[in-house]
Amino acid sequence: MTELSKTGSAVGEPVAAAGDSAARTSFLDVRDLKVHFPTDDGIVKSVDGLSFALDKGETLCIVGESGSGKSVTSLAIMGLHRLGARGKNVQMHGEIWLDGKELISAPPQDVRRLRGRDMAMIFQDPLSAMHPYYTVGTQIVEAYRVHNDVSRKVARTRAIELLDRVGIPEPAKRVDSYPHEFSGGMRQRAMIAMSLANNPSLLIADEPTTALDVTVQAQILDLIRDLQKEFESAVVLITHDLGVVAEIADQVLVMYGGRCVERGPVDEVFAQPQHPYTWGLLGSMPRIDREQTDRLTPVKGQPPSLINVPSGCAFHPRCPYADVPKDNVTRTQRPELELADGGHWSACHLSTEDRTRIWTEEIAPKL
Amino acid sequence: MISYIIRRVIAAVILLLVVTAVTFCIFFLLPRLAGQTADQLAQQYIGKSPSAADVAAVKHNLGLDQPVYEQYWHFIKGIVTGADYHFGPTTLHCNAPCFGYSFKNHVAVWPELTQRLPVTASLAIGAAVIWLLSGVTIGVISALRPGSLFDRAFMGVALTGVSMPMFFTGQLALLLFTYQWPIFGRTYVPFTENPAQWANTLIPAWCSLALLYSAIYARLTRSGMLETMNEDFIRTARAKGLHERTVVGRHGLRAALTPIITVFGMDFGLLLGGAVITEKVFSLHGVGEYAVQGITDNDLPKVLGVTLLAAFFVVLFNLLVDLLYAAADPRVRLS
Repeated sequence: MTELSKTGSAVGEPVAAAGDSAARTSFLDVRDLKVHFPTDDGIVKSVDGLSFALDKGETLCIVGESGSGKSVTSLAIMGLHRLGARGKNVQMHGEIWLDGKELISAPPQDVRRLRGRDMAMIFQDPLSAMHPYYTVGTQIVEAYRVHNDVSRKVARTRAIELLDRVGIPEPAKRVDSYPHEFSGGMRQRAMIAMSLANNPSLLIADEPTTALDVTVQAQILDLIRDLQKEFESAVVLITHDLGVVAEIADQVLVMYGGRCVERGPVDEVFAQPQHPYTWGLLGSMPRIDREQTDRLTPVKGQPPSLINVPSGCAFHPRCPYADVPKDNVTRTQRPELELADGGHWSACHLSTEDRTRIWTEEIAPKL
Repeated sequence: MISYIIRRVIAAVILLLVVTAVTFCIFFLLPRLAGQTADQLAQQYIGKSPSAADVAAVKHNLGLDQPVYEQYWHFIKGIVTGADYHFGPTTLHCNAPCFGYSFKNHVAVWPELTQRLPVTASLAIGAAVIWLLSGVTIGVISALRPGSLFDRAFMGVALTGVSMPMFFTGQLALLLFTYQWPIFGRTYVPFTENPAQWANTLIPAWCSLALLYSAIYARLTRSGMLETMNEDFIRTARAKGLHERTVVGRHGLRAALTPIITVFGMDFGLLLGGAVITEKVFSLHGVGEYAVQGITDNDLPKVLGVTLLAAFFVVLFNLLVDLLYAAADPRVRLS
């Protein structure tokens, strides 16, 4: 765990008045982001009002199950939803501020120039994410030259240098290899090299280790962490693996049904998680120090439909504590994020006392 | 790589041998099995009410009195060494490669084929250029805006193109642009004589033939592009900040084109074996027309020659496609 800016973080700070750029201190500031996909069956609200902020040198982990809006969020920051044939149908609202520039209202050409240069992305499956017909070197050269007016030769030198930096042996030789000639881990390293071509200050990694085996996972995470320190970039890491979170995150954001249900510094969230969904995630995670006889506790039920999101708290149909009496709250009321000590936000109708009691008496002893 | 090509060539030769054997059997064994005698077969090559001596002579010249396997052996040997045909006192030598001898016109098949091949090739190449350019372009634009007015309009046109037979569009083109408004020439001029005139005469034929194919290629390209543009590597290309036109051209089209190469090789090879209807409609004296002649005249050596030529081109272009495929997609290993 790094000691980087645990306190100076702007994660969870209330949204400042819109248009007031002076109040923006964070490098990446996402405000009330909504990404909706109209379909024949209705509007899919993949992300529905998400806010967070991140400074340079910090790592934010976004966790949640499939379909919770993690990947959609990352693609939204990159502006990748609006491209291609389906791009016209995507509805995006809210604000995404990157280094003082608002991206959602910006012209597509401006966002394109930022893509790959100021913000870069590492994808889950490096085999399908790299073009099968071009060598790894060609693809890195392309990433570099689109933002730098240099000759192929210079760019090639840069590519070799990058491959070397991410730990690929014999980079001068491997630069001419095709992606399918690399092993999974090497391929992901090459992918990282490609995303680092222009020293981006924001690096988004969408489940970068999911397609890799465990020993390689750790190496890739180490690499991302080292590179982050070296380049002082902000890292958004999307994962469903809480082990990864514990290893690398400064801040953690738990998503459920397109919304944030809990976020805060990773120590806080792991020490005293506030949301029943987070408890569920922790309970379903295998741990080496856990009693062998204990069974993992899955979160019961299915992820919510993003077209008809359950009214009130989206988690209530699956929440084991939905029936705990709450004061002045109706079922259809949606819980808003509330700030607790230590920059720890959560959105739950349970009273603080109930949550503390349930966590310390029922959940924590089982973990 | 070299050993791969050698192996493929050997396989191609074997395949061609099988094709000739099957064709040969169809033309020379099937009639016998159906009850025709060698005399009856021979009679086809002589005028009305022949004398028994004439029939016997023709039968002997054609080798129809020999067993089929021996006839086949002579045919194959003729391709390599040439063959001699005896007509009474005169002996006709058919130079290697001898693909048979047309007894109706009293000429060897091979020189006829080589003379007609440039016409067919002119037709095929011109049409291929047009249909590839138009088909792929329309397919790409349609795929980038699926469901748009352009997409629907052109896919409608494509459907019409596929549905309309050559003898309709071809005649229509002739009627309108060669006779009603004589924009284009009527008689074929070899490319070597006058390239401008050559193109001028062929344009209606090219366009009519290309209409059929570009419709198919537009649909092929469209579906290929729709699929490719959803691939992860396209998202990566965009994430790098590339211009959309680079994403489409360098990343999308490159991947989508590979399967099209395969289909193209087959289509082009087949066309070189003669575009029968097109040649007939536009009075082009190409290989296809020659085949029609052979069939209507019951002149089996002609049909056999064209069949072999067509088979040769299909096999050749299949081999070329495989080599191209390996060059285009580095994941394909030739072994």
